Amino acid sequence: MSARDAILAAARGRSLLVGALLTLVFTGAALVSLAWTPYDITALDIANKMTLPAPAHPLGTDHFGRDILSMIMVGARTSIAVALVAVGIGMGLGVPLGLAAAAHKGSLLDEVIMRGNDLVFAFPALLIAIMITAVFGASAVNAIIAIGIFNIPVFARLTRSGALSLWTRDYVLAARVAGKGAARISVEHILPNVTNLLIVQGTIQFSLGILAEAGLSYVGLGAQPPTPSWGRMLADSQTMISLAPHMTIFPGMAILLTVLGLNLTGDGLRDLLDPQLRRAGR
Amino acid sequence: MLRYMVKKLLSLAVSLVVASAVIFLALEVVPGDPAANMLGINAQEETLAALREELGLDRGPVARYADWVGGMLVGDFGTSYTYRTPVSEMIADRVVVSLPLALYALALSTLVAIPAGIWAAARRGSGVDLGVMGLTQLGVAIPNFWFAMLMVLIFAINLRWFSAGGFAGWDAGVGPAMHSLTLPAVALALPQAAILTRVMRSALLDTLGEDFIRTARAKGLTRGQTLWRHALRNALIPVLTIIGLQFSFLIAGAIIIENVFFLPGLGRLVFQAISARDLIVVESVVMLLVFAVIMVNFVVDLTYAAVDPRLRRSR
Repeated sequence: MSARDAILAAARGRSLLVGALLTLVFTGAALVSLAWTPYDITALDIANKMTLPAPAHPLGTDHFGRDILSMIMVGARTSIAVALVAVGIGMGLGVPLGLAAAAHKGSLLDEVIMRGNDLVFAFPALLIAIMITAVFGASAVNAIIAIGIFNIPVFARLTRSGALSLWTRDYVLAARVAGKGAARISVEHILPNVTNLLIVQGTIQFSLGILAEAGLSYVGLGAQPPTPSWGRMLADSQTMISLAPHMTIFPGMAILLTVLGLNLTGDGLRDLLDPQLRRAGR
Repeated sequence: MLRYMVKKLLSLAVSLVVASAVIFLALEVVPGDPAANMLGINAQEETLAALREELGLDRGPVARYADWVGGMLVGDFGTSYTYRTPVSEMIADRVVVSLPLALYALALSTLVAIPAGIWAAARRGSGVDLGVMGLTQLGVAIPNFWFAMLMVLIFAINLRWFSAGGFAGWDAGVGPAMHSLTLPAVALALPQAAILTRVMRSALLDTLGEDFIRTARAKGLTRGQTLWRHALRNALIPVLTIIGLQFSFLIAGAIIIENVFFLPGLGRLVFQAISARDLIVVESVVMLLVFAVIMVNFVVDLTYAAVDPRLRRSR
């Protein structure tokens, strides 16, 4: 290992640490907010509206005098919950589809699953959200469904391609000789070996989900008031941006740092779990 | 090549039919009575009946779907319920904002990302590489609408170089129109540029590791010569695909960014239509955007096959 490789390796090792720390801070804030926030986020205090950061309100207050730190803590809950459930939907449906497609490669089933994937890819999460909202109205649940649907083909494709390379392995052949069926082999032998891939992709989709949730609630297609969400806070701050820039800056920083933390964690995990990539230095 | 083209065209046709059927199902069949959906729960029975007749809801869904698709093929998108104007006119008015915005952003991100990716790859492991890669980490993590708001704060409110929102209109000339699209395009381009830089860098590094590069070096070419003459051309193929794929994200992103800058584009149109329960407009805009995504990917596929003959055989 040359000195240059050592520096790169150290930078990557640190990225996992920094990423995990950031992720912990925001998940921690979300969990703490279930039991305690510095201020009640539904309490209006018009006398203290749009105050700049000060010891009483470390991140200032909004146009209703609500404490921005408290709102960011509760908003973390919304963002994390939406993105996490959406990853769950994507994995829950996408992984079995991918496993089935790989187990019956070249069959009609495989073809249908893959063409279905292509079709969903043509609908960005935002368009799915627009269609759902136009019919059922805006809510956090609809945002979850839209982002979740978008996640399905991502996991289906990844699982299929990971599984295809495993189906040619000797131990899978041995299992087939032993008389195990395709479904059993997929669950017992294929799935455990694509888990690493899924963990890394799950982290990435989690961070994309946070960004998507923020975007959807910013345009009013996600969580509705009074549920605090980072995107909503940014939308509310927009008309006040020249008077109270802190109302715009802090919720955006929260999104940026959470997404950055998850991305760094994903990169770090990939390096950790996939030695081949580590050697290639990417 | 001909067989490949026919196969691709068939699959394109199937995609478009299925996509339009999904949109039709979601927006016209699932909600039950579209007339009731548009008018809300307090609608009078007579008004409902009138609207049903106007929309042709007395006929079955298959006939309505055929009408809808047939109309779109000749450029007739129906009539907006709220504005009483042809949807095709409303869309035409908005496309002239959204499409130039997306293309402007695409141009910006490509112009920044390709040199940055090449630079980082050529100086792999150096401070430049780490710096560029660090910036791309930030670029993919920043919500672009927030970045847009920060730019408004700095460049419009404080420095007054740009207006905080609105569109000058093409009648005012290309200069002022492009000026009012500049901040939105930069915001839209940022995450795309970050992703593209990474793809460019890693594609170039992949190619630089190939045997033919070593052969070229062994024949006496310098590192720079092999990079420019041999590696770059091959590395551009995956970059091209990603540029195509990014188009769908640009369209989705444009819808949100238009909101930040109050631009009268398709995004604003679709949100107004949602709040006015104007499902015909929502349906048409969504179909148009999905059509654009499918077509762009189709063209990218063909370009890919033209560049790399192996692909024509393998599928």
